[in-house]
Amino acid sequence: MTDAEIHRSILAVWRIEQPRLITGLSRMLRDVPLAEDVTQDALLAALEHWPKAGLPENPGAWLMATAKRRALDHLRRRRMLARKHEIVAHDMAREEQAMPDLDAALDDDIGDELLRLVFTACHPLLGREARAALALRMICGLTTQEIARAFLLPEATIAQRIVRAKRILSESGLGYETPRGEELSVRLASVLEVVYLVFNEGYTAARGDQWQRPQLCNEALRMGRVLTALAPQEAETHGLLALMELNASRIAARTDAAGDPVLLMDQDRSRWDQLQIGRGMRALASARQLGGGGGFYALQAAIVACHARASGPEDTDWRGIAGLYAQLSALVASPVIELNRAVAVGMAEGPAAALAIVDRIAEEPALQTYHLLGSVRGDLLFKLGRYTEARAALEAAAELAGNTREQELLRRRAAEAADAASQVILKF
Amino acid sequence: MRFMYIVTSPQPHVGPTPELLQAMHKLADREIKAGRMLDNGGLMPLATGARVRIADNKLSVIDGPFVEAKEVIGGYAIFELRDKEEALAMGREFMQLHLDHMPGWEGTCEVRAFATP
Repeated sequence: MTDAEIHRSILAVWRIEQPRLITGLSRMLRDVPLAEDVTQDALLAALEHWPKAGLPENPGAWLMATAKRRALDHLRRRRMLARKHEIVAHDMAREEQAMPDLDAALDDDIGDELLRLVFTACHPLLGREARAALALRMICGLTTQEIARAFLLPEATIAQRIVRAKRILSESGLGYETPRGEELSVRLASVLEVVYLVFNEGYTAARGDQWQRPQLCNEALRMGRVLTALAPQEAETHGLLALMELNASRIAARTDAAGDPVLLMDQDRSRWDQLQIGRGMRALASARQLGGGGGFYALQAAIVACHARASGPEDTDWRGIAGLYAQLSALVASPVIELNRAVAVGMAEGPAAALAIVDRIAEEPALQTYHLLGSVRGDLLFKLGRYTEARAALEAAAELAGNTREQELLRRRAAEAADAASQVILKF
Repeated sequence: MRFMYIVTSPQPHVGPTPELLQAMHKLADREIKAGRMLDNGGLMPLATGARVRIADNKLSVIDGPFVEAKEVIGGYAIFELRDKEEALAMGREFMQLHLDHMPGWEGTCEVRAFATP
């Protein structure tokens, strides 16, 4: 086995054990940031020792023993800081005996501990990016390097983000949160927001050359599944999972062989993952059964479901989609939602009706740096035969697009508009 | 990456012990809560099943029990995991449970990735 292969195997084993490790330690120590620290220590120890000594027969026990030892060291250090002048030896020995061997009980209550982890990682006191990094580390077991690569940021930035987040949690005494009942529903919003952020980062990468990063979508999907298992009575967990599954079902069809984006209406639907669509539809049904069909994520999921149900672009229920966007608009006043509604109205009623909606929101400050405004406007103008204006809108949109693939797509469409414009001129 | 695990055994008449069942249940619970297991199931004995065969261009339906049963499928699981290494690590852990809670048992857990659309 090469060094790289060994490294990957160790990481794989560690990831399998990681949920059990961190939830067990978190409960033992009643301190999530500390549990996270010693879990990472265990990983580093494994990466150092296992290549030479080989994989232990019981990797889980090895990792847990290592983590516990580190935790004990840490607690001793804390205790020494507290008692600046005395080292009471027999106290420490007593502590070592008292540290319970909870290995047997660990498997029984993983749900509660996972929930605590999720809510601690996604505490609203932390910034969204910090929450995302912490969640990916603690719940998905990603290494700092993997998180950095996923967000196209330097490893040091992510490492700092995580350290700062853990410090904030520790210092505000929020290292072991257990929201329940109504508080849980309220706090859930900050959790779902993070999961959705991670999904979108993978689904439509904001920067970089790859138009989508499926692995990030998978991590977000995993967190979504965790949430539906931990909080099954919350309709929006199912709504979000539905939205993610239904969007992810198109991943194979969204890029062509050259890696360029393919618009939904042009996609080869035989490449849509039907199993994933099935899971998405079931999750949406669950959300509705719980009375949450009008929720923020459930409505978006319902919109994507309309596309998923259509066997071909001509079968798309555009009126249904437009209606759902109207419901969404009523729930959340957002020019982006209105823009999407315009697209649906355009398909259902024609480009003129759509352009009327777009022109009404065109001056919104939130949209001035949003490349899709120009993209949609340009598309509608093109359909109305206003080619020169279309070209201008599409070129401006290309300038704003952060992703090189999208830029290329927009520039190509602008060139089409230019061609069409010159043909009109030639006619005369 | 999606993986299917298929467990077969040449001793199909030997069902899982209560200890093994409990251990597998705990693992399943953990993996569902960790968002990694998508589906799983134990299958009824082959004797209660049936076979639809094609041989010599002829289709036939045969009810169990079957005489020439070699390796029999006992159950399956479907997981969403990051890569093949993770899939193998998971497979090892699952089979270790059999070693721990049902000594003497012999069998195979086949690990297969789903073909992508």
